[in-house]
Amino acid sequence: MQLEILSAVQLGAMIAKREVSCREVSKYFLDRVHQFDSIVSAMVNVFDEATVMEQADQVDSRILGGEKLSPLAGLPITIKDVLCLEGLPTTCSSKMLQNFRPPYNATSVQRLIDAGMIVLGKTNMDEFAMGSSTENSAFFPSRNPWALDRTPGGSSGGSAVTVAAGMSPLSIGSDTGGSVRQPAAFCGVCGLKPTYGLVSRFGLIAFASSLDQVGPFAHHVEDLAAVLQVIAGHDPRDSTSLNVAIPDLTSGLNAPLKGLRVGVVREHQDHPALDPEISKAVQATQKLLQSLGATIEEVHLPNSRHSVATYYVIAPCEASSNLARYEAAHYGYRARMTTEASSKSSTSGRNPLEEMMVVSRSQGLGEEVKRRIMLGTFALSAGYSDAYYKQALKVRRLIANDYQQAFQKVDVLLGPAFPTPAFRLGEKIDDPVQMYLGDQFTVEANLAGIPAMSLPAGFTRDGLPLAIQLQAPQLQEARLLNVGHQLQRAGLFEPKIAGLV
Amino acid sequence: MNQTPYRLVVGLEVHVQLSTETKLFCGCSTTFGAPPNTQVCPVCLGLPGSLPVLNEKAVQLAIRTGLALNCKIAEVTKWDRKNYFYPDLPKGYQISQFDQPICGEGYLDFPDPDAPETTQRVRLIRAHLEEDAGKSMHDEVHGRADSKIDLNRTGTPLLEIVSFPDLTSAAAAKAYLTELRLLLTYLGVSDCNMQEGSLRADANVNLHIPVDGNDIATPIVEVKNLNSFRAVERAIQYEAGRQFELWKQTGKTIKDAPKQTRGWDDEAGVTKAQREKEESADYRYFPDPDLVPLRVTEAMLSQQKVVLGESPSAARNRLQVNLGLKPYDADVIVSQGQSMVAYFDGVVAGGADPKRSSNWIQQDVMRTLKENDLSVEQFPISAARLSELLRAIDASVVDNTRGKSIFQYLLEHDATIPDAMAALGIVQVDSSEIETLCKELIDENPKVIAEARAGNAKALGSLIGAARKKNANADAKVVRELLQKMIDAM
Repeated sequence: MQLEILSAVQLGAMIAKREVSCREVSKYFLDRVHQFDSIVSAMVNVFDEATVMEQADQVDSRILGGEKLSPLAGLPITIKDVLCLEGLPTTCSSKMLQNFRPPYNATSVQRLIDAGMIVLGKTNMDEFAMGSSTENSAFFPSRNPWALDRTPGGSSGGSAVTVAAGMSPLSIGSDTGGSVRQPAAFCGVCGLKPTYGLVSRFGLIAFASSLDQVGPFAHHVEDLAAVLQVIAGHDPRDSTSLNVAIPDLTSGLNAPLKGLRVGVVREHQDHPALDPEISKAVQATQKLLQSLGATIEEVHLPNSRHSVATYYVIAPCEASSNLARYEAAHYGYRARMTTEASSKSSTSGRNPLEEMMVVSRSQGLGEEVKRRIMLGTFALSAGYSDAYYKQALKVRRLIANDYQQAFQKVDVLLGPAFPTPAFRLGEKIDDPVQMYLGDQFTVEANLAGIPAMSLPAGFTRDGLPLAIQLQAPQLQEARLLNVGHQLQRAGLFEPKIAGLV
Repeated sequence: MNQTPYRLVVGLEVHVQLSTETKLFCGCSTTFGAPPNTQVCPVCLGLPGSLPVLNEKAVQLAIRTGLALNCKIAEVTKWDRKNYFYPDLPKGYQISQFDQPICGEGYLDFPDPDAPETTQRVRLIRAHLEEDAGKSMHDEVHGRADSKIDLNRTGTPLLEIVSFPDLTSAAAAKAYLTELRLLLTYLGVSDCNMQEGSLRADANVNLHIPVDGNDIATPIVEVKNLNSFRAVERAIQYEAGRQFELWKQTGKTIKDAPKQTRGWDDEAGVTKAQREKEESADYRYFPDPDLVPLRVTEAMLSQQKVVLGESPSAARNRLQVNLGLKPYDADVIVSQGQSMVAYFDGVVAGGADPKRSSNWIQQDVMRTLKENDLSVEQFPISAARLSELLRAIDASVVDNTRGKSIFQYLLEHDATIPDAMAALGIVQVDSSEIETLCKELIDENPKVIAEARAGNAKALGSLIGAARKKNANADAKVVRELLQKMIDAM
């Protein structure tokens, strides 16, 4: 039986009914990891088979004992290597943290484990979640399973690949400016970024704290709902986590869309960089929604054109401070100080300690990470902070206001997730600005703190996945998932595993 | 008073460690003196993925302090990151408060060191909460520089109290600091132990020199590493002299040089320039996105107003105005701390005369405490018991000398005053006995009586000794008075 194409919810029900054991399911997916990872390079570290089987057997014996477990109990999952997990290194795909073993689990990870899920391993990413192609991994780039010469997107590229290639039915990543939605779009799977504060950030290694959110990947919208149901909710260890009751996210999935007001953002749909095939996919989704009883309205987000600039000031500012802790004095990569390097300290005016920090950071952090640290340091510096950081905060407020106004007219927004299908490995890596500009449709949800989801929407003529994005007001995940689920049922996409054999 | 050719201008920045059980943003203990790096967790170690969670107790203590310092308490306060690299700062930034401190402007009145019966006022700019850094220990023996870091202190809550440059002498700076420490201990917000670093002061010092009718200001110097009140006083004195000499040599004013940081070398008794690099640091403050702004509610304020208690200055005032103590005596008792004031109040409440209570406390009680290294809470004689003793003296049941013997006895025995008297063989002599005694003395010593009648007051002295021989419990004062009365009536 092809387990990889089933919905995780279905598979979970089969495990609960003992139609298949957790051991069999875990072995099945772990075998696929071993079979395909050499092709797609999605994983940074994988648990050995004995460890995985031990976890699986525990779940099986609990089920055998008649224990009532979560609907996801026994299902395998992969975790982006930005989330702390005991038992394996948590590297952020950085040389700096190559050997860092956290003494704790991220809250989101712990909740998955508590729900009886089986962690297979950690997925590759752009270093410290900075990038849109997973090419900024310090270890190796991951490959798009639909076209191996193309990137899987990023920064959660490895997570998207493990789901797209059927190596895991589920994965969780982090989304700071599109890092879940864009790789989901590139790899033909579903990806959700929840409302800021809905999922705890404790144990999520910070890139830009005011924008970071943990979100799930899956083939089926109902699976996104099931995973979010487990990981969402207040955490006293994260002061920014929202103290709100989490509604039942699955019970409303089948609600009809009649009367749903859908907004199409003019500024996105008219964007000069938007690929015509993606534009067509958005239009087709529009028609599909209309056929389901929804009404379509055009809306404007006048400050949309400032979103990339705003994002690329705020995120690097926060990153420059968040990544200051990697200074080699306490943990992480430390450069071996040769006498030559040490003697350099006398000419640089730095003391040996400072020299060690400078050399360690220079060697331990990658180019893109250093670029953003420098951008952020500059933008926060005395004399520049008003013009950059503080100005960006004001524009962020304007962008959020635009969304608030739009959502007075419509219930959800429909648009593209990314201007183009997956680009080629190496195609943009030397042009950071081009790389940044790709994020224009995704960063706004992070700036405004709203939930957003990307869904597959067919394929290009060349066989690359196409995707659309849906956005909803804060805390309206249930609505978003309802729309997504109905679109899936109405045929917007059919879950497909990229064939790698 | 000021005979110098300049006016000294001093402002103090005081870091106070708040006495919370746990750190400002994590649950680690703040107890001093634990083995290095045993009071740490992922949060205060700044491990990847860890997040700060505010300790509300620290906020409460900051509000209490702010109220006692007459500060405007912010309605909304927030947290900012102060970014700089140092190995004892594991996150690479310190969580502090930049532009919305929890306590705004305020002031503190303190006894004027030049005129102890009056007060001086220092205005306060602000008081804000921040987390402490760790401790670096540099071991440079045998020529190999070895640095070790203890992060136990990292994340301990500090309240930084910044004054306006209102202090005009080294003595005033010390007096302000003394009053501030006293107030903080009264409030119970800090143990203010300078040796353990619970109270740290930096002084901003410069001079205003009158030249041709205008004041010329010398460059401002921030003096760090002031580890005792004496160091504060000495460093400011030294710095004043140094700045004046430097001005005479170079003529440099505040416009010619930026603020400089100098460290106090207590042994050498001098300030030394610190690295220029540190002064030009750009801390790139920005709001900490891991923490949410804090709204200070009316309930939070009133909760602290209730527990404010009596301030040292209010206590001084009450002891003077209500109980008639001299300013000096009131200050001695108040300076001993809140428990001493409570002890004094207990003695007076038991009915003893306030002045007699003050004298006994300042002499007998405080001497005993000092000799035995005790706190007033550990003092074996309760306020009620001492009050009973002093009332007995007030009522001439025993005389002062006998009183001291009883006091000594009570230090070692838990006894009532009558029991103590019995144990010591002290018997109150009734007035008819004294009268008989005095008559006998007059009959037996006609010569002395004649001298006394002739106006030699000293003559009666010899009779007192004789009276004590006849009856050891006779109160000398009472005997003398009665003798005088009987002689006068002759």
